[in-house]
Amino acid sequence: MIVRRLLIANRGEIAVRVIRTCRRLGIETVLAVSDTDAGSVPAALADRTVRIGPAGAAQSYLNVDAVVAAALATRADAIHPGYGFLSENPRLAQACEAAGIVFVGPGSEVLEAAGDKLAARGHAVAAGLPVLPGGLVDPADAEGVRALAGRIGYPVLVKAVGGGGGRGLRVVGDPGQLGDAMAMASAEADAAFGDPRVYLERYVTAARHVEVQLLGDGRNVIHLGDRDCSVQRRYQKVVEEAPAPLLGETLRVSMRAAAVALGQHLKYQGAGTVELLVDQGSEEFYFLEVNARIQVEHPVTEMITGVDLVAEQIAIAEGRGLRLSQAGVRFSGHAIEVRINAEDPAAGFRPSPGTVTGAVFSAGPGIRVDTHLQAGSAVPPQYDSLLAKLIVTGADRAGALVRLRGALARCRIEGVATNLGLLAAVADDEEFATGGVDTGYLERWLAPRSEEAGWPGGEPLLVRDEKIGDTRG
Amino acid sequence: MDLTNEDVADILALLDSLPYDELDLQTTRFRLTLRRTRDGWTQSAQVLAGAGGTGAGGAGAGGAGAGGAGAGGAGAGGAGAGGAGAGGAGAGGAGAGEVGEAAGLVAVRAPLPGTFYRAPRPGAEPFVEVGSRVGPDTVVGIVETMKLMNSVYSGADGTVAEICLANAEFAAQGVALMRIRPGP
Repeated sequence: MIVRRLLIANRGEIAVRVIRTCRRLGIETVLAVSDTDAGSVPAALADRTVRIGPAGAAQSYLNVDAVVAAALATRADAIHPGYGFLSENPRLAQACEAAGIVFVGPGSEVLEAAGDKLAARGHAVAAGLPVLPGGLVDPADAEGVRALAGRIGYPVLVKAVGGGGGRGLRVVGDPGQLGDAMAMASAEADAAFGDPRVYLERYVTAARHVEVQLLGDGRNVIHLGDRDCSVQRRYQKVVEEAPAPLLGETLRVSMRAAAVALGQHLKYQGAGTVELLVDQGSEEFYFLEVNARIQVEHPVTEMITGVDLVAEQIAIAEGRGLRLSQAGVRFSGHAIEVRINAEDPAAGFRPSPGTVTGAVFSAGPGIRVDTHLQAGSAVPPQYDSLLAKLIVTGADRAGALVRLRGALARCRIEGVATNLGLLAAVADDEEFATGGVDTGYLERWLAPRSEEAGWPGGEPLLVRDEKIGDTRG
Repeated sequence: MDLTNEDVADILALLDSLPYDELDLQTTRFRLTLRRTRDGWTQSAQVLAGAGGTGAGGAGAGGAGAGGAGAGGAGAGGAGAGGAGAGGAGAGGAGAGEVGEAAGLVAVRAPLPGTFYRAPRPGAEPFVEVGSRVGPDTVVGIVETMKLMNSVYSGADGTVAEICLANAEFAAQGVALMRIRPGP
């Protein structure tokens, strides 16, 4: 099956990204747009657009029926779901299958296995991956909960089975807090995800987030190296790089092998990522989750491997099999990506929708900008705050970092508040320059500066995660 | 915008050896401006093609992307703004609020533009109804902006006198979401 016309069920920079590859491959693009996005840059770049509903994502980008109907009406032979929205929704994969449309992604069984955190954990164990000690508990069984927490050791992490994107997490420091924390976490999980199940896991105090990029065709699975995404704020990645810096070679090799083993166990088809947690103290790694889609941070992998991951996704979806062998994947240089968001760090990271009145980015060798913005573009309040990704590449990490500092200094976005200043400050920070920071780094870095500047901390904000199937809005 | 990063890098490699500090490249579909600064090059792009699918109703109706209409051209940016209702200012809401305040009511306003929710999750009981007793710190709703759920607080002691927006309705910034009748 050759894909000739591809419907993109997404928006923003990833829509532009997919259109780029399609244009190079000679594939006609149909962009599904909400009313708000009809005048967007991706809409202008696509060969055609098709309206799928109003601005609210529940009626448009999260609407399986509308997306499939749009693909049928425009005679698209494939759907690329991008990331977020319906990308990991088994119902879209099933609906595509039923309608004879190629879904650019894994089959619904893999999406189901990856989407349920406990099921994914079970598959990881079956594939021989280390998982953090823990397990499902009944919040009503106080004895059982206390016994398990005791065996795990404090602090323990209470996690919602249906959670994701940092939602439904709670750290418990001692047995006295356990009962209350369990009850609240379960109630919260029920409220947020319609699933009150919670499980306990050992909490790793100083951990790095390292992930491995996979490509599989259902028979063979290869890896395209690792990425470090430890620079996070409220579980949202801010800076990503490849390869992960200051990782022992033995550890790196075993993490990559573990990810491939899990991919093989799942008979993985498409591009996917195995997220792992690295305990900085013990240098052990543990399985976190599988992301069964293209990821926001995929460009850093592309920059050091020269592989167009979207093109490989499409080739695999066409049934052409893996075109790369493990030995054929060569790594060269170091790449760093920063996410430029419409948010105001000086005002508690308040989101900043509006209209971009000016957008100037850096350009030059080793600089890549993935964006959907230009002067005049709307930044609607209905969607996420990602404005652009700046990706720099250098011969080594130090070279990439120098390039990053210069490239950030030349970016100017007007009309909406951005985190450009924060990104520049992180790029200049000594600890980040050393490399190998843990996931608490950015919040620690922000804390004294927020106080000093008198930045309002703001209340903890919940972040919507489409993966959990919250259909609100 | 219409050129790949590789294309831009190739152009810059050429420009680097030439005595020019600015390149303005325009086709019927896009315009790319490259500028040399002291620290390196910058790029700004403008896709000129009329937005595909504007005004198209329903599936199958999308417009052709290559409609190269001159609109949206060189400068000041109205091009592609589309997005009616996005990020709108809350002027209308403020006006309506004043009427309420004249009647001795205090408006609870949207802190940001976004989607207003009356309940913590779909199907759940609303935070408040008309007649509910509220204190300044009572959560009366949620406004979702850019995937962040912001709690909306009553801000006043009293009872809910009026709920101005339906659940899941879009709220412009500053618009009155509900009105509180102050008092014990």
